[in-house]
Amino acid sequence: MRIGGVFVEVGTSSKIPQEGVGRQLNLPLAEAVKISLRSLKIRFWRSIITGAGIFLGIAFLLSVVTSSYITSALDPEDESVVGAAQKWLIVISILVCTIGITNSMLMSVTERYKEIGTMKCLGALNRFVVKMFLLESSFLGLFGSITGALVGCLSMTLLRLMSDGMDVIRLYPWIPVLQWMVYAVVLGLILSVVGAIYPAYQAAKMMPAEAMRVEV
Amino acid sequence: MEAENIVRAKDVRKVYTMGKMILEALKGIDLTIRRGEYISIMGPSGSGKSTLFNMIGGLDQPSDGKVYIDEVDVAQLDAYELAWLRCRKIGYIFQTFNLIPVMTALENVTLPMIFAGVPTDEGIERGVELLDLVGLGDRVQHKPLELSGGQQQRVAIARALANDPAIVLADEPTGNLDLKTGKEIITLLKALNKDKGVTIISATHDLKMLDASDRIVWIRDGTIERIEDRADLHLQVGVVEGEEG
Repeated sequence: MRIGGVFVEVGTSSKIPQEGVGRQLNLPLAEAVKISLRSLKIRFWRSIITGAGIFLGIAFLLSVVTSSYITSALDPEDESVVGAAQKWLIVISILVCTIGITNSMLMSVTERYKEIGTMKCLGALNRFVVKMFLLESSFLGLFGSITGALVGCLSMTLLRLMSDGMDVIRLYPWIPVLQWMVYAVVLGLILSVVGAIYPAYQAAKMMPAEAMRVEV
Repeated sequence: MEAENIVRAKDVRKVYTMGKMILEALKGIDLTIRRGEYISIMGPSGSGKSTLFNMIGGLDQPSDGKVYIDEVDVAQLDAYELAWLRCRKIGYIFQTFNLIPVMTALENVTLPMIFAGVPTDEGIERGVELLDLVGLGDRVQHKPLELSGGQQQRVAIARALANDPAIVLADEPTGNLDLKTGKEIITLLKALNKDKGVTIISATHDLKMLDASDRIVWIRDGTIERIEDRADLHLQVGVVEGEEG
């Protein structure tokens, strides 16, 4: 260990006044984006798992939706009968995806309560903590739901192509499927952000000592 | 402005309510700490040390009474001033280290500098210098879990020093460390205190701390039992050891 008169001084730009109290900087958005991307990167595998939760929810939703529109497109007469069952399936899959995504986001934030408390000890503003989680969860949400929507739709289309033949392409319900892709991405994004912001906000407004005491 | 009071607690009380149970952790603490002092807050676990530590550091709000840091009432500070205080004026060291597990030693040390708005390059340069100072110059890219307890605590000390604080608050800094490592940490804190004039406030029940301290505040059941100067202490060491043993 090296002890003694070797303490480091930094340039005057960051030199602190010894008296009184100043005001903490509000870090610019670009800095927050940088930190949140870095934070996703350094916990890469954890981010992948959380992202996978979103991906699965949206992929499930989109595959159910795609399948039901293809069924309707192939067999327009049966629409009344099939339609009711399909609608029910879609509602259920939206619920499953809502719960799945909210759960993975809640988990990924609550396990970081202590970290949030520590960051507040080191000088993070509440709004910075919330902003960081907002950005992190939107990146994850966008990434998870876009890939989920694409994979869900494509895989179901392929499956139906194998079982029902080229009719699937000829009668493909482009418009509703594309519409639902947009809905699903928006839903995935909103759910991820809401699921993350609620606990992050709770943690950010606690006194650091309280947040660090929380055991998950 | 030399030798003034850097921390002043006035009749600080803290009450925790757990359901119907009311726990009085601090029952009116009056304490004045001068700039450049090395203070140890001693007491058995559950005596209110850590609670007092949190109050002094602006990490928790007292239920009643006031805490002044540099003669500024902490309760009067807004969120920005409080964050500034925690970022620049005070460095924290915890018994459980509280490093961010996914970040490397260097990233942990540079984090408070990012919050302070220090440019990245300057932050990294200073981070490496600080890690070098605590003897971890060769462990810069290691994650906390790849380091021993003593090494993690040294990363935490480097992090506490990141923005050149006037006060270092250490809550049981040697609590999770073996005897030898604990001694090294105390030596390091003492050196900071001597060479840099950093005020060290340390909550502990480690008797090794006594020798490094200028004053010792004994806490029991949420009140100050007595405050001793080190000068008086030498005469009493035997008594003290006997009492604790």
